[in-house]
Order: sequence, then structure tokens, then C-alpha cells
Amino acid sequence: MSMIVGLIDYLRGNEKKSAVVAKERLQIILAHERAGRGTATPDYLPALQEELMAVIAKYIHIDRDSFKVQLEKHDQYDVLELNITLPDKINSRV
Amino acid sequence: MAKVIVVTSGKGGVGKTTTSASFSSGLAMRGNRTVVIDFDVGLRNLDLIMGCERRVVYDIINVINGEVSLKQALIKDKNCDNLYILPASQTRDKDALNLEGVERILDELKESFDFIVCDSPAGIESGAFTAMYFADEALVVTNPEVSSVRDSDRILGILAAKSKRAVEGLEPVKEHLLVTRYDPKRVNTGAMLSVVDIQEILRIPLLGVIPESASVLQASNAGTPAIHLDKSDVAEAYRDVVGRFMGEDLPMRFISEKAGFFKRLLGGH
Repeated sequence: MSMIVGLIDYLRGNEKKSAVVAKERLQIILAHERAGRGTATPDYLPALQEELMAVIAKYIHIDRDSFKVQLEKHDQYDVLELNITLPDKINSRV
Repeated sequence: MAKVIVVTSGKGGVGKTTTSASFSSGLAMRGNRTVVIDFDVGLRNLDLIMGCERRVVYDIINVINGEVSLKQALIKDKNCDNLYILPASQTRDKDALNLEGVERILDELKESFDFIVCDSPAGIESGAFTAMYFADEALVVTNPEVSSVRDSDRILGILAAKSKRAVEGLEPVKEHLLVTRYDPKRVNTGAMLSVVDIQEILRIPLLGVIPESASVLQASNAGTPAIHLDKSDVAEAYRDVVGRFMGEDLPMRFISEKAGFFKRLLGGH
């Protein structure tokens, strides 16, 4: 579908100018970079994820892929989200 | 009270040294006692752009280390009476620049100069940080190109968070946007970010626009700051920049395409 739209745009000559693309890309990346500035940078997330995983792995056998740590930034607060998909047999101790 | 102005950009090759040379010359041409300092220790180039490379004897590191007096290291500009250059060291590494030493030099310069222009090295390492730390005002030199705009934004973030003014909770560093290498023709065809786009993204006041021009290379070849060139758009654009900086209300020039011969003949602008 988007290919057809693109083709129509191309034939009509209203292909997006590269300066417009540049501006949009900059606005998106800078909004992202500015949001991370001044607040605690999530540099510690990988380490945090490793340590949490190590603790949980002591009790439950989990897959690396079934473990996700995410930090979401909101205006007034940040949310640290842990998402662990437990295996079918939960009491399978290592 | 003397003002410290940093010329910065984050990205290299956008025109910091060209701007430092012309801007400081422009300030001096208006009778301001001005000194321009090269902070690019290890890769000094301001001396070449100012055309005083063969008169460099001592440099900023010699002064910081107390080996010579400031007076011994300052080089008088060949074009302007009120202008002096303090070169960077070419042989030492950038860690030789320390905040205490630079502060001592700036305090001493403040006694006899009106404006102290700091030509920052590229990057966000110690040299660039030292150049911006003591700034009262900043000229953020930006090309109409994505990586330059992004780096300028990063520099603005650092100015707002880590400069002396920010750290001590004083009035923030006054920021000025200077767009260089601008080509109105390419902007009109949609192939280059416009000055309005850049301003919208960076959100700081526009001090001026310097058009893309062969005369910048011509000036650097000759070792004469571009502001001194005759019949050059770049020279006029830099003179406007200095005028605006001094508080004059001048219209922006060189932001629209020059009318071609036929357009002029047909009564175009």
C-alpha cells in the first residue's frame, strides 16, 4: 500500500524533500536525547538486569530471553519495569 | 566588566576557528580591547587563520605553568590594534590545560580586555570543556546538516548543566546560534535544512547566518580573517554578526537566493 502511495507521490513530484526528512529525524532523536539528559542515566540497567537475573536464577530456572528490564520516563516519575516469564513448572529448582 | 565568549560546536570542521578569528577581529575593529585564545592544545590552528604562526614563541601552557608571563605570550594582531592572540601549545597534550590555570589567566586578562574569545576544540573532552566552563556567552556554530545540529544540541545541554554559571547557579550562559556554510539555493530546493528549521530544533536566538563561500578558503590560505576580505558576503555577514552582538538591530542577510542576472533584469529583487 505504502509503495503505491510512494509511487503516486513520486509521479506527482511531491516526494519528501531530504531537508524535511532531516528535520523529522533530528526532532525525534533530540527529543529522545534531551529526555535522558539531566536525569539519572539508565547506564546501570544492564548491570541491574544481570544481578536480578542471578538472584532469580538461584531459585527458578529461567531463560535469558524471558527476562526484561525496562525504564520508562514520564513527566513526574519513572517506571522501572521487570518482566519475567516463568517457565511452566515453576518449582523446578536448579 | 570583561566578557568571556566561547565559540563552540561539538562537531569539528563547522567553522569555529574561522568564526573565532573573524568575530574577535570584528570586535576589535569596533574599538573593543579583545583577546582570542586557542584552546585546541595539540592541534593549534588559530595562529594560521590569524596569520601569526611564525610569531608564536610562547603559548597558553607556558603561561599556565608559570614559565612566562601572559604579556610575553600574547601576540599582537597584524590587522587590528586592539586585538591579541594567545596560541595553544602544539607539543603538549590537552591534559596540560587545567581549570585553575585557565581561571587565573582569564582573571588576569579581564583586567585589561573587554572581550575574551575562547576558540574551543571539537568534541566534548577536557579541552572543549575547559574552553566553555568560564563562558558568559556562547556562539554555537552550526552547519545546516544533521550531525552538526545534533552535536550543537549536545553542547547546549553541557553549557546548561556543567558550565561554571550552571554549577554555581548563576544566570545561565547566554547562547547565540550562528549558522555557517549556508546555501540558500539548496535550502530553496529542499536539499538543505533552513535556518528556521535549525532554530526551531535548537531553540536559541539566531545571531547570524554565514553563507557558504569560496572566500573562506581564500582567507585561510592568506592567513587573513575572512571579515577583512573586500566585496565578500562572508565578510559582510561576519560584520553583521558583530553588530548584532553589540546590540544593533540588523536584518538577516544572505538567507535568500541571490537574484540572477535575468531576474534582476526583469525587475526581481
